[in-house]
Amino acid sequence: MPADLLAHPGFADPVHDAQASFRAVLQALARPGTLWRVAPPADPPPPLAPAAAAVLLTLVDADAPVHLAGRFAALAPWVAFHTGSANAEPGAAAFVLSDALADFATLAAGTDEVPEASTTLILQVPALDGGPKLTLRGPGIETTRNFAPRGLPADFAARWAANRRLYPRGIDLVLCAGSTVAGLPRSIFIAESS
Amino acid sequence: MKGYNFAYLDEQTKRMLRRTLLKAVAIPGHQIPFGAREMPLPYGWGTGGIQVTAAVLGRADTLKVIDQGADDTTNAVSIRRFFARTAGVATTTRTASATIIQTRHRIPETTLTEAQIIVYQVPQPEPLYQLEPSRTETRRMHALADYGAMHVRLYEQVARYGQIAISYDYPVMVNGRHLMAPSPIPAFDNPKMHRMRALQLFGAGREKRIYAVPPYTAVVSLDFEDHPFRASRAAHVCALCGDRASYLDEVVTDDRGGRMFICSDTDHCASRRESAP
Repeated sequence: MPADLLAHPGFADPVHDAQASFRAVLQALARPGTLWRVAPPADPPPPLAPAAAAVLLTLVDADAPVHLAGRFAALAPWVAFHTGSANAEPGAAAFVLSDALADFATLAAGTDEVPEASTTLILQVPALDGGPKLTLRGPGIETTRNFAPRGLPADFAARWAANRRLYPRGIDLVLCAGSTVAGLPRSIFIAESS
Repeated sequence: MKGYNFAYLDEQTKRMLRRTLLKAVAIPGHQIPFGAREMPLPYGWGTGGIQVTAAVLGRADTLKVIDQGADDTTNAVSIRRFFARTAGVATTTRTASATIIQTRHRIPETTLTEAQIIVYQVPQPEPLYQLEPSRTETRRMHALADYGAMHVRLYEQVARYGQIAISYDYPVMVNGRHLMAPSPIPAFDNPKMHRMRALQLFGAGREKRIYAVPPYTAVVSLDFEDHPFRASRAAHVCALCGDRASYLDEVVTDDRGGRMFICSDTDHCASRRESAP
């Protein structure tokens, strides 16, 4: 591993930090659009946000190949060292880490019989609030919920609608900013609101 | 506990369980296979529920375990002690104080909150199993949402008995898409699953399946317009606390036909007796 990556440790307490981070991601996907704090590693290698680092360290291992998109590709030795995960092409990866919303068609959406054989997109965004307002409804939401992450493309709602039409196939999204995560599981409907 | 990881399972197993749980939450009611491990108690004693609990549990959690509503039966006591020893977590019998509730075959009478997670032990996760024993075939039926056979089964019961004669493990539709086995809870408890505030997780150890129902998700018991679902209970009053609405157990008290009806939920019954004037 390059020396500059070696200086960035993983979880301070691997067992309990992974547990706390998992509970944050679980709640985030069970209650879409709500924000949850993970227990991140102290000093993740740039440009990785603490939340994205925590999600990787919590969920990725040798059984779950990951694709590091764009500028995250340089972090492959760090991810391999801390998780044992092999790098994979987007369509074959259990997780894709990116800071730009990938074309859903390039990711695995599962099959009708095995919809869980799909890619989870870990999307690092500048912030989970202050962006254009989206209105969510579906499982995990009592009526509707407003969610306004920054960093999503302008045509996000239309692209999500195409993803939702595949249900129960589809892509699940875990959005990360700072030490906070939010989830958009494939089961929910998203509308743009003015 | 010395020599064991926190909550017994190793971290790689927990990651596998956690990835499965996240997919289960994203597809409400859809069963997902997982690599169930051998646990220090036999299949049929809640190994699926224990593995789910172990993957979710943290140091700050307070765990409650019930078996048919009771906190003081062998299965519940064993599992509660298992986690007290292997994870050092606080345990409770009070529904309201628990953050995680592992259950065998009941949902507590006390309404669960957003801050709680309920973990069901599931013997048979496949609702279509009695109609179609082949997993390959039932997987395809779920893929096509081909649930006509289950409606025929319910219709046959109406034709034969004049009513739908399923008293527990009553099949439900989740999120309008997946037919799901609610585990062998009494049909009385089915309405509590509908739009429940707590997250519901299901683990089947022997059958190696995990599934989930997120909060506020529609869980509808199958029925017909002219034969609507009815949540039935024994038409008695609890002999201990006098509750007229709770689910009751029938207890045989002697060999001359003596019997009494008492609340199946021991915590509910005890709280009512404590707060009674």
